[in-house]
Amino acid sequence: MSLGKSNISTTDNGKQATKYLKLSGLEPLVVTPESNFINVGERTNVAGSKKFLRLIKEEKFEEALDVARDQVEGGAQIIDINMDDGLIDGKEAMVKFLNLIVAEPDIARVPIMIDSSKWDIIEAGLQVVQGKCVVNSISLKEGEAEFIQHAKLIKRYGAAVIVMAFDEVGQADNYDRRIEISKRSYDILVNEVAFPPEDIIFDLNIFPVATGMDEHKRNALDFIEATKWVRENLPYCSVSGGVSNVSFSFRGNNPVREAMHSVFLYHAIKSGMNMGIVNPTMLEVYDDIPKDLLERVEDVILNRRDDATERLLDFAETVVGKAKESKVDLSWREESLQDRITRALVKGIDQYIEADVEEARQSVDKPIEVIEGHLMTGMNVVGDLFGSGKMFLPQVVKSARVMKKAVAYLLPFIEEEKLKNPQVGDSNSAGKILMATVKGDVHDIGKNIVSVVLACNNYEIVDLGVMVPPEKIIKIAIEERVDVIGLSGLITPSLDEMVHLAKEMERQDFKVPLLIGGATTSKAHTAVKIDPQYKNAVVHVNDASRAVTVVGDLLQKETSQTYKNGIKEDYEEFRNKFLKRTKQKEYLTLNEARENKFQIDWAETELIEPNHKGVQIIENLDLSLLIDYIDWTPFFRSWDLHGKYPNILTDDVVGEQATELFEDAQEMLGKIVNEKLLKAKAIFGLFPANTINTDDIEVLTKGEKFIFRTLRQQLKKRAGVPNFALSDFVAPKEIGKQDYMGCFCVSTGFGTSELATAYEEEHDDYSSIMVKALADRLAEAFAEYLHKEVRTQYWGYANNENLSNEELIKESYKGIRPAPGYPACPDHLEKLTIWKLLEVEKNIGVKLTESLAMWPAASVSGYYFGHPEARYFGLGKIKEDQVKDFAERKEISFEEASKWLAPNIADD
Amino acid sequence: MKKIQDILQERILVLDGAMGTMLQRYKFTEPDFRGQRFKDWKHPLQGNNDLLSLTQHEAIAEVHRKYFAAGADIVETNTFSGTTIAMADYHMEELVYELNYESAKIAKKVAEEFTSSEPHKPRFVAGSIGPTNKTASMSPDVNDPGFRAISFDELRLAYKEQVEALLDGGSDILLVETIFDTLNAKAALFAIEEVKEERKIEVPIMVSGTITDASGRTLSGQTAEAFLISISHIPILSVGFNCALGASQLVPHLEVVSSRSEHFISAHPNAGLPNAFGEYDESPEQMAAQIKEYVEKGLVNIVGGCCGTTPEHISAIAELVKDYEPRRLMVVG
Repeated sequence: MSLGKSNISTTDNGKQATKYLKLSGLEPLVVTPESNFINVGERTNVAGSKKFLRLIKEEKFEEALDVARDQVEGGAQIIDINMDDGLIDGKEAMVKFLNLIVAEPDIARVPIMIDSSKWDIIEAGLQVVQGKCVVNSISLKEGEAEFIQHAKLIKRYGAAVIVMAFDEVGQADNYDRRIEISKRSYDILVNEVAFPPEDIIFDLNIFPVATGMDEHKRNALDFIEATKWVRENLPYCSVSGGVSNVSFSFRGNNPVREAMHSVFLYHAIKSGMNMGIVNPTMLEVYDDIPKDLLERVEDVILNRRDDATERLLDFAETVVGKAKESKVDLSWREESLQDRITRALVKGIDQYIEADVEEARQSVDKPIEVIEGHLMTGMNVVGDLFGSGKMFLPQVVKSARVMKKAVAYLLPFIEEEKLKNPQVGDSNSAGKILMATVKGDVHDIGKNIVSVVLACNNYEIVDLGVMVPPEKIIKIAIEERVDVIGLSGLITPSLDEMVHLAKEMERQDFKVPLLIGGATTSKAHTAVKIDPQYKNAVVHVNDASRAVTVVGDLLQKETSQTYKNGIKEDYEEFRNKFLKRTKQKEYLTLNEARENKFQIDWAETELIEPNHKGVQIIENLDLSLLIDYIDWTPFFRSWDLHGKYPNILTDDVVGEQATELFEDAQEMLGKIVNEKLLKAKAIFGLFPANTINTDDIEVLTKGEKFIFRTLRQQLKKRAGVPNFALSDFVAPKEIGKQDYMGCFCVSTGFGTSELATAYEEEHDDYSSIMVKALADRLAEAFAEYLHKEVRTQYWGYANNENLSNEELIKESYKGIRPAPGYPACPDHLEKLTIWKLLEVEKNIGVKLTESLAMWPAASVSGYYFGHPEARYFGLGKIKEDQVKDFAERKEISFEEASKWLAPNIADD
Repeated sequence: MKKIQDILQERILVLDGAMGTMLQRYKFTEPDFRGQRFKDWKHPLQGNNDLLSLTQHEAIAEVHRKYFAAGADIVETNTFSGTTIAMADYHMEELVYELNYESAKIAKKVAEEFTSSEPHKPRFVAGSIGPTNKTASMSPDVNDPGFRAISFDELRLAYKEQVEALLDGGSDILLVETIFDTLNAKAALFAIEEVKEERKIEVPIMVSGTITDASGRTLSGQTAEAFLISISHIPILSVGFNCALGASQLVPHLEVVSSRSEHFISAHPNAGLPNAFGEYDESPEQMAAQIKEYVEKGLVNIVGGCCGTTPEHISAIAELVKDYEPRRLMVVG
């Protein structure tokens, strides 16, 4: 049985059987006749770079990785790695460095060239790289047996190979020897080892010219001619070489060397050299070489005159020897206008965008064409890269910043044009999208991100901001004739607002699709509660990267109806399944649940009296105290980068972006802290308290009584597992022991809105979103910080506590600080009690909206329970009997209670 | 018996579905896993599905039988974790040869029953070679990205033992599957080449990678095309993808390998993406409807199922593909 390529009998696509050199890192590299010259990076070579040798010797691997990264960023398509030095353990260094490179996706995307004269180093390298490498090199120097053995193993490891023109006699140094050795090597490899011919790369030895010795005169020419012969006579193979050798005798005179490299390459590439080691900073553009220098260099390279060397030497003295400044970073500025604009958008570089846009404006008839042409071309590239997972959200938001700056620059010209020519219409956007955070809700980070991403994709955004009443959404939607309405919300009452708006849209006979997003929304809620209210499309989009595809599908004329129908069916099916599923759960009656409450042995418990009872206010905390308490993982999540901090910084896929985002965040955080741009305020109080009637907690202060109503889990549990309510963690009154609890509100939101608006005015959504995301993190950090202060000092029940930030995030401490609106107490109504008890608004200015969201948004409020067995839990679903009971206890109507508890009421 | 590569020119072959999903239906308990032979084993054995080939071999044979009856041409041996590396969890490294040998024998016996009663539709056994539970090109320790929990040589030796036993037990094909780290797969392929050379035999090899998520890359970061290039150095029967994604999500990646590979193309996706409860709940009809895209576009030669698929899924797939032409082999540049 033979399964090789030779066995293919049918070729349906009628292609010629041709074979290309194919290599891979994380990404493929296929070398075809159309490929440009493949540039191999050579600075990760201890033999060629003193700096790299020093870094490896001193085991500065991080810096050594930067050398590799610089090469890839500088355009190297393969990186050559060589650790052959007498003073280092080459095998160990090779394995270690390769293992580190593999962990860096921005380097590992290109194939590796494992370069060593020692076989054991090569083999060790082959064993740690998953992609298809190139081995550099093997030769007939030690005879056929070893050559064959190594070639066989290289094939089995799945690598291509560089074959040096070297045999038992020595190195090929003229045309005939180059041909003789390459032919012999090729025949052995192809016929005896069955090595794929396309995986063979010949290094035909580049030697210096103009050395003053006659026997070196033909060195370059022989290489060029041998290259031609090899490419014509040894099918499918490649030819490579180290170019800088050729100009060795002009060390110190870079202008001449650069010209020599260019001329050599120009002719060698024409003859078939398709790969090589070239230092891109040591290369002149062939057409830019001054005529007189060019003539003399070509004379030398092509050996056109007997006195070529002397003439070049004489001329060289007149050339001012001055190395070019490093132009790696800015070389893109020399590209075409469109390429520059595209690159600025893709890379998020706003430095030159105004100049480029101005140049573009002068090249078109109407300024609007710059937006529709140059800028949209660039943004389409951004959209494609993002869509295909090659760019991440923070980069896209940075792209949007550049886009906005460009548009802002053009606007006055467009206005002027309009005055001159009033019938010119607006830009033809892909569609108009209304975005709003619903009434009573103040959270807008996610909504802003989605807006930016959609704007990047040529949608016109009508952003109504936060706390937008439904009437306003309806009114503006009609006035602006929007194509899609997008609603966002973070707190649970917002879910009802969305249902309400869907009903309203149906009543007013709307046709436009409704998008639902935000942390508290879900496909389940959308399918079960919102979708049935509106006959037209309702889509849950919880991920900015999906927003573009969804809106595209919704608005594309050809696909729109099919897509909408598909979504409707999908949601209906989902809804049916979901409703069936919930029926399977068993619930206890409220009384049964209360009987199964969490039992604490109160007789045995020592109840600790707080050191400081009553209300305390912190007016203006030094923000720098909070930095150590920040939990960064949710910060990355808000930018659609998923993974745990700090691991996310080195993540294979998003690590680079996460690191960049983190650096930007640190910079902004430093600015906020140093310039005191946000104000951190807090209020908290610790009070005598006891549980009454099982589920309520009575708090006494200054002779006044406040009662917190808690909710109890009703889902039927396994034997021995209790049905929790927060009241279980406070001693019942009938025990006769005085217990305590606390509550708090912290905010770092004062100043956020002003700061964010200032950035928005500079068209910098990236920084605006960053400010809000950081303010949120600081508020959480403040809550964490304050909780610690309370545990260790103000209450003082845990005065020996010494926990790291990681342990804090893992909630390893004693006692809990649950927040109304969150799983243990999803009912937002209790915030009103906290506000009354602490006089929050009067004391620190944090307000509650009609949906009981806190304003400013970067605020946290909650309770303190100090009992060591107090724990976080999720309430889950509750039944009607508890809703009724809750309404009675709270003295509100059943309907009102049902409205507030809706997300937690089990469907029958 | 006709050679598989000839049959593949004629029609689309069907691979079986999930073994684990089927075994869950038996609700085997710790004593069932242990059987008589391992009743005193010092370590817990529940969950060691490969072991069931020794302690519940009738159940394994029955699952194979159900898949063949559903229309599968190829079943995979119950050896996904049959290496010393993966068996170390149960301290059963010593049993690796026996596990693979017996698993292959069970499958082969059932295959022969079917082939002799339906000679026009010969049945094949693919020795399943899983990825092990360690990765050769990724560090398990984020603070030490250069660290590796396993070396190429350790993998190569472990795979070699598995390959030898699978062949001795009667496997017709070797299936290196669920590849999330290409370097592991390269070690498996290296081992197979060594065995082939030592025994002077040829054996068809199927290679199946796993694209882990919407990034379109393997866990070790390679794109579909880079993966294809990295495993194309030895003669293989087929290349394709399995696991992690549902049938529809695999299409773009199959299109990449299908247009760039000179080998046959395989796919055995999951029954959709896991739902909120971690279950795969795509019905046979839903899955077959998606696989229709494969066959209409001429993307595949071998198709089956991975996590969550059952004989009902395989039956729906077999029913679908019988009316379609297989993808034609191409010469690609």
